[in-house]
Amino acid sequence: MSRLNEANTLLAKEIIGRYPKARSATIPLLHLSQQQNGYVTNEAIAHVAELVGATPAEVMGTATFYEMFKFQPVGKYLVNICGTMSCQLLGADELMHHAEHTLGVKAGGTTADGMFTLEHAECQAACTEAPNLQVNYRHCHRMTTESFDQLIDDLRAGRLDGDIPPHGTLAQVRQTIPADKAAGVASPDEPVAPEWMPEAAS
Amino acid sequence: MSSYPWAAGFIDDGDRPQIVTSRFSFDDGYTLERYHATGGYEGLKAALRRTPAEVHEEVKNATVLGRGGAGFPAGTKWGLMPPGKFPRYLVVNGDESEPGTYKDRLLMERDPHQLIEGCLIAAYAAGLSQVFLYIRGEMPLAHERVGAALNEAYAAGYIGRNILGTKFSVDIVLHWGAGAYVVGEETALIESLEGKRGEPRLKPPFFPAAIGLYGQPTIVNNVETLSNLPWIAVNGAAAYTAIGTATSPGTRMVAVSGHVNRPGVYEIVNGTTTFRDLFYGDEFCQGIRNGNELKAFVPGGGSAPWFTPDQLDLPFEGRLVGAAGSMLGSGAIMVMDHTTDIPKAALTLTHFYAAESCGQCTPCREGGTWLERVLQRVVDGRGSKVDLDQLLEIGESICPGNFPHAASSKLGIEATPFPYKMTTICFVGPSAYAPVHSALTLFREEFEAKIVERKHIPVTVGAPDDHH
Repeated sequence: MSRLNEANTLLAKEIIGRYPKARSATIPLLHLSQQQNGYVTNEAIAHVAELVGATPAEVMGTATFYEMFKFQPVGKYLVNICGTMSCQLLGADELMHHAEHTLGVKAGGTTADGMFTLEHAECQAACTEAPNLQVNYRHCHRMTTESFDQLIDDLRAGRLDGDIPPHGTLAQVRQTIPADKAAGVASPDEPVAPEWMPEAAS
Repeated sequence: MSSYPWAAGFIDDGDRPQIVTSRFSFDDGYTLERYHATGGYEGLKAALRRTPAEVHEEVKNATVLGRGGAGFPAGTKWGLMPPGKFPRYLVVNGDESEPGTYKDRLLMERDPHQLIEGCLIAAYAAGLSQVFLYIRGEMPLAHERVGAALNEAYAAGYIGRNILGTKFSVDIVLHWGAGAYVVGEETALIESLEGKRGEPRLKPPFFPAAIGLYGQPTIVNNVETLSNLPWIAVNGAAAYTAIGTATSPGTRMVAVSGHVNRPGVYEIVNGTTTFRDLFYGDEFCQGIRNGNELKAFVPGGGSAPWFTPDQLDLPFEGRLVGAAGSMLGSGAIMVMDHTTDIPKAALTLTHFYAAESCGQCTPCREGGTWLERVLQRVVDGRGSKVDLDQLLEIGESICPGNFPHAASSKLGIEATPFPYKMTTICFVGPSAYAPVHSALTLFREEFEAKIVERKHIPVTVGAPDDHH
């Protein structure tokens, strides 16, 4: 179950095929496993390692470097409140305090119903719209205590289901490279000049 | 006034040239249909009518300064690859995460085809066999917009084998990050793209142009840098250099945030627009909030040493800002008014860099954390006078010698110009120190005010009972 399922294994192989070296697909595949299971399981680590030709320890080493990978279940919605400079200057501390009070958990905690995990986060590239937060990495700008409460209400009632998928689903649109149009990978082991360059003629 | 809800933060008031934001006013600027209707892919067609060397020359003549932070000209960077060594790769740096920076995400969400066209022009000109477009993990909308645009462009024959019926063939692969600030550093980005922990490589020898992805020559270019190329391919280098100044041509996207009346993302004329224009101009931020006094500002992202009102009349020009003791970095300006608690603001930034240290280099891994802890103690009112000197001592171990800082008329001090020396592989360590050094140099009295003199309490030695 927590290895990649059949459909995702096929997708994983397609993704691996885009890179000159399979190991480059490690992070996309970890995202895929997190999309399937909500977090990264040990079995998924082992499966990704098999697929990219690395050891589980190497994949674990990569996975633990990146903040987005979770190794235990988190809430359906991960609420990340930005606390970096511009947000901090415009009330991030108050927003976090209010969020902790509203959700009844401290930063880092998950609500008892498994709906929300609250986290401190760093700069979300929306500094002119401070204070910001992200729900499963979808931006919410210029937050106030009122708009925070409204957001939580909407999420609980399922009113944002179309916009914000459950934790783990990164993008709802995927790239597909049609086989009949693909130029193909450029392997470092084949030192050929590209066809359009003058070096290719010699 | 037009502030579009679908491009939150972007403001295009005033009569300024728009090179990279021209489609932000359309709510469907990210579709191929709109892109075609507004001159899209004409730059690629123009490039394909010329030789790669001619296109490369055009970009070099335009002097497109890198918009990611270092400001190195793109055309010159392409020329650093060893001749005859193939394959070569293009890695697009879409890992925007420097505190205060907000532009690349807008460019990816609002005009992904412009970025794709820029990638194609770069690949054609510099002979790059495959493109990897690395987008920060915490930007799902950018992933969706760029992903959909790539799918459209493949279907239309702009990407893939024999593009537009020519010999030019290249794939663009959308790649996902997963949350690590340091990966914005180009060699860390390459490590991450190889499926590893995002730890920067030592330069030399690992300059990406020589030894990059899979050990091959690799160009790492920022999203905004590449987004300039379609315009240049259509209009030419001369039209580009006619905007801005000789050393800083074209336009730049800047994000002004913090205590201003109208924070926003603006495309400004490079090299001539001053910080005063930006903060007080009607077409820009329209003054400091509530009519307050400006106290300090960070001119180029969280890593940059701070400026005060003394530097307001400096233009947005890299060399001048460097001589004045800071850097323009990634076009991120954060403004603090007179109500700002300066030690706390410095702590916020130092915390960021301490948390984002990859842990390779001891001065950064340990030093960053020490800076944060000592500073936290001072901010919490538990600090002592030696703490302030200790902060500078820790900084000295990360950046030996004189650290860059701005001049101050109030304090009667001269500027120490950029750059700094460092004992670490990359700039994350020095970045943890920059806010501490700036704040302590320019506002030491605010730190001293937080230090409460305590009475010396003599230590008594005796049986445990004596303490009761």
